[in-house]
Amino acid sequence: MTWRIVVDEDLCQGHGVCESEAPTVFSVSKAGALTVHSATPDDDVRAAVELAVKFCPTHALTIIEE
Amino acid sequence: MSATETTGAIPEVSGRLDDGGHLGELRTDPVALLERIRSECGPVGSFDLAGRRVVVVTGAEANEWYFRAPEEELDQAEAYPFMKPIFGEGVVFDASPERRREMLHNQALRDRYMRGHAETIAREVDAMVAPWTGGPDEAAGPGGEIDLLDFFAELTIYTSSSCLIGRKFRDSLDERFARLYHDLERGTDALAFVDPYADIESFHQRDRARAELVELVEAVMDERAAAEPPDAEDRDLLDVLMSIRNDDGSLQFGPDIVTGIFISMMFAGHHTTSTTASWTLLELLRHPEQLAAVVAELDDLAADSADQGLDLTYQSLREMPHLESAIKEALRLHPPLILLLRVAQVDVEVGGFRIPAGDLVGATPAVSNRSPEAFADPESFDLGRYLDPRAEDLANPWDWIPFGAGRHRCVGAAFAMMQLKAIFAVLLTRFRFELAQDPESYRTDHSKMVVQLAQPCRVRWTPRTGVGT
Repeated sequence: MTWRIVVDEDLCQGHGVCESEAPTVFSVSKAGALTVHSATPDDDVRAAVELAVKFCPTHALTIIEE
Repeated sequence: MSATETTGAIPEVSGRLDDGGHLGELRTDPVALLERIRSECGPVGSFDLAGRRVVVVTGAEANEWYFRAPEEELDQAEAYPFMKPIFGEGVVFDASPERRREMLHNQALRDRYMRGHAETIAREVDAMVAPWTGGPDEAAGPGGEIDLLDFFAELTIYTSSSCLIGRKFRDSLDERFARLYHDLERGTDALAFVDPYADIESFHQRDRARAELVELVEAVMDERAAAEPPDAEDRDLLDVLMSIRNDDGSLQFGPDIVTGIFISMMFAGHHTTSTTASWTLLELLRHPEQLAAVVAELDDLAADSADQGLDLTYQSLREMPHLESAIKEALRLHPPLILLLRVAQVDVEVGGFRIPAGDLVGATPAVSNRSPEAFADPESFDLGRYLDPRAEDLANPWDWIPFGAGRHRCVGAAFAMMQLKAIFAVLLTRFRFELAQDPESYRTDHSKMVVQLAQPCRVRWTPRTGVGT
C-alpha cells in the first residue's frame, strides 16, 4: 500500500508549519508559496508528514492511502 | 455550487422598517436577525441595510462556496466601511489586492516565529499578575477581583504589540494605550454603513481616541529621534519605519501613518483574543467539572517538567487538548465576529439564486457555529466534542467557522490559539477563579460591529498555595 499527500490549494496560506515538521518534503517561500518536493515520499518520513497534517493551521493537507 | 438554473428572488427576512430597513435591528440585536434569516429564508436569505441588500448564506454547502470564492468574485476590500476612520488613509483596506496578499504573509505570524512568541506571552501574563502576589517570592495575598474586559483588553495590547511590533515599543506603552484602543473599538457602530462620520458620540470618541493615540506614538518617535541610533539587533518595527526617509531627509512614515499601521496590525488580534479569553474563563467557571479537567491537564504538564513548574514552550503549548477544547468551545458559542462580509464583484450564483454585483454578501459564525446539523446538542458547552473520535470542528470545516474558513481564514488563528493557551496555562496553575456576579449576568454587548463583553463582568481570584494542589 502506498500513500500520497494532497494539498487543498484554496486553504493553504503559507504558514510554514509543514516545513518545520517535514523539511525534506515541504518548503514554503518567503512570499508564502508551498512546494511539495515529493507527493509520495518514503515511509521513513511518514511520522513527520502526519505531524504536518495534524498541525497545519488551515487543515490544507491530507494523506490518501492507495 | 451545483445549481445550474437560478430561480426567483432571494427571500428577505421579516422585520424591515421604512426607516433604515433592518439597520436598527443590526445595531441592537444582530444575532436574532441572523438567526431569523436562517429560519425564515434557509441557506440564502437577505436583509436590508438602509437601502443596500446584504445576502446572508448559512449551511455547509453555501458556506463552502462563500469561503472558497476568489477575490475576483467576493472581495472584502469595501465590506467594512467602519474600519477606515480607525485605521486612517492609506492603511490596509485601502491597499491593493497584491499588497494585501503580501501582508497575509506577515512574517511575524509564520511558524518559525511562534516559538519566540510563546515566551513573550508568558512573560506578559506574569507581568500582569505580578501585583497580585507582590512578586514571585512573596507570600500569597488574600485575593481580589478583576473586570475581565479591562484585564484581558490591557493584557492583549501588551502581547500583540510585543509580538507583532517589538518588545521595545511595548515597553513604551501603559494602560492609557489600552483605554484609547478600546474607544476605537467602540467606534464600530453599524451606522457606519450609512455614514462613518455620522454625528454620534461613539464616532466622536473614536476620532478623539485616534488623535490621542497619534500623540502617544509621536512622543515615542520624538524620544527615539533624540536618542542614539539603536544597534541593528535591537531595532523593532518602529525603528525600521523611522529609518525610511524621503529624499529631503524627512520621515516617509510620520506619526499619523505609523499609528495607523500599528492600529491595523493589532486590530484583528485584539478584541477577538480578549473577548475569547473572557468567555473561556466564564464558561469554565460555569462548568466546574470541565474546569477541573483543564486544571488537571495543566497540573500534570507542570508535574512532568523538570523544575516542577509549567514550562511553556511551543511544544508543550501544542499538547493541551482539554484547554484547547475549552477555547474552541468559547469561540464556537461566543464568536468575536458574528457577521463576515464581502462585496460581490461580479454576478455570482449560490443555492439556485443569482446575487448581482455590488451586493454585500455575508457568512455568520454566530449562526453556523450552532448548527444542529453539524453539532450534537449545539447550545451546550462540551469539551468532548473536540476530542477523538468526535472532532466536530474538523468534521465540519464549513460550519465550525469562528476563524472564518478557506483562503481568507484568519491568518492569526494559530497565534491566537497559542496565546490563549499560554494565558490560561499561567493563570489557572497559579490562581483559583470564581464568578463574582450572577452566572447568567455575563453577556456580550452586540451594539457595535466589534462585539465585547458587557460590563460589569467581574470575577474573583485567589492564589493557589502551590502548583498541584
